[in-house]
Amino acid sequence: MSKVSCRMAFTSTIEAIAANDETIYMVCTDSRGSVTSGGFAKKYPGRFIEAGIAEQNAISIAAGLSTTGKNVFVAGPACFLSARGYEQIKTDVAYNQTNVKIIGVSAGVSYGPLGGTHTNLHDFAGLRALPNIEIFAPSDGVQTAFITQYLAKSNTPAYMRMGRGDVDTVYPQDEAFDIHKAKLVKDGTDITLIACGEMVSPAIKAAEILEKEGVSARVLDMFCLKPADKEAIIKAAKETKAIVTIEEHSIHGGLGELVCAVVAQHHPTKVEVLAFPDEEYKVGKSHELFAYYGLTPGGIAQAAIRRILC
Amino acid sequence: MDKFKKIAFDCRLTVLDMIYKAKAGHIGGSMSAMEVLVSLYFGVMDMGKDRFILSKGHIAEALYAVLAHRGIISYEELMTFGAFDSALAGHPTSGVNGVEFATGALGHGLGVGVGMALGLSSKVYVLMGDGELAEGSNWEAMMAAAKYKLSNLIGIVDRNKLQISGETESVMPLEDLGAKFRAFGWEVNEVNGHEPHAIIEALKQPQTKPRVLITNTIKGYGAKIMENNPIWHHHIPDEAQYHEIKESFVKRRNQYE
Ligand SMILES: [Mg+2]
Repeated sequence: MSKVSCRMAFTSTIEAIAANDETIYMVCTDSRGSVTSGGFAKKYPGRFIEAGIAEQNAISIAAGLSTTGKNVFVAGPACFLSARGYEQIKTDVAYNQTNVKIIGVSAGVSYGPLGGTHTNLHDFAGLRALPNIEIFAPSDGVQTAFITQYLAKSNTPAYMRMGRGDVDTVYPQDEAFDIHKAKLVKDGTDITLIACGEMVSPAIKAAEILEKEGVSARVLDMFCLKPADKEAIIKAAKETKAIVTIEEHSIHGGLGELVCAVVAQHHPTKVEVLAFPDEEYKVGKSHELFAYYGLTPGGIAQAAIRRILC
Repeated sequence: MDKFKKIAFDCRLTVLDMIYKAKAGHIGGSMSAMEVLVSLYFGVMDMGKDRFILSKGHIAEALYAVLAHRGIISYEELMTFGAFDSALAGHPTSGVNGVEFATGALGHGLGVGVGMALGLSSKVYVLMGDGELAEGSNWEAMMAAAKYKLSNLIGIVDRNKLQISGETESVMPLEDLGAKFRAFGWEVNEVNGHEPHAIIEALKQPQTKPRVLITNTIKGYGAKIMENNPIWHHHIPDEAQYHEIKESFVKRRNQYE
């Protein structure tokens, strides 16, 4: 599998779109390095707004600018944008329904070695509770580019979060997605693995392990968390014996709870939530933290077998 | 005769009725900012081109009243203020004609105004309360406005020196407010906020960078029982007080006819 970071897929896509679409603006928070938006800044200096280290103001500026007919992307570290800027996202973007796209990079535990201030395991929970804003967590560069193209055309407020490092390329270059539908990566009949973001690749590998054990696993990429594809979840609950959810987020308020709420109300079934537990943040590189918490192909496969057996 | 002052007192009477009927609203700050709103909507703004953001969103009823007197919303709609499922909430919502941005969480208007001013060549006016300047986001916005030399951005501070708990200078001191704006790269003007001609003249002066107009005002202006008394921040008048305030407003209005 080739590897590319989602943030670079985002910036190269938006740069290309901006060449033909003068309404595309970028607002950043001294974050052009972390976002990799330096190229955009060089090519389109008049459409690149540097707000400095001021997430609240960056989001307010983006909201105001968008009311003048611009399609504004605010890009910076997810840990700060989604928390420091939360009230601005709530009121200036979601409540006012402004055409603002918030791009949170280095999400989840991408900054794991930097400590808890840079940990971002809360953003799904916070933003899912706000009306009017779509939430995306792409799994690879191909999907990031696809969602970016959608965002460049859409007028709906949105938040897209992605990690910092290179990730496995899951999809072929020309893969098409239905923007508000879960992507069926692999069909299966015994169990369904529902993952988002960087957890999709290990979920696919887990399905391969399970296959060897004689377990047929379906893999759903829930890259759009809001609006959530309830039908795909209900279908999985009906057609397979159990569900395992995998996400780089707290157990509270993320993909796991989303899936649990849907199945509990529509078709109760066994669900195992693989996510970060409600405990003090541990320091470590993301792959070390994934290993520690069982967010690995082996860990996911084990959880799946556990769920089928009990 | 003073056309603008008369309109301001007409609007005060409307606001008094709205608040008395809804049993909700922020009467003190509505009265301190009324001449500013009337000056903007009747004497300054190029309607349909210029933008206005009410950062101190809690005086929505004052804005609604001015919009109605300006013919932008109807009196019928006005009287739904605060009622169940009305578009006229206690803070401006984007569902109301003439409201360009929904506000209510303090310290947002100036940043949004910076964004608007970046994208427009016409003017962007942002009315802030003085208490809300304690929100740090305002100072982020001031820096950004100066950086981008936004000569089409005009901040107005309703400097009534009071906020809900008492005097601004005891809750969180702001002075020397003009010096602070100046240090942040803004032009600063100061006027009596109950003198529409002075307000209009100050707002129409050409500017080369972002400008703030500090309008010195009296909270609860127009009726002695309310003036400079912080309890009238969002006090609802009882029947006797309603009549006393109304009488005072009518008397004042008639002076300007
Ligand atoms: Mg005040």
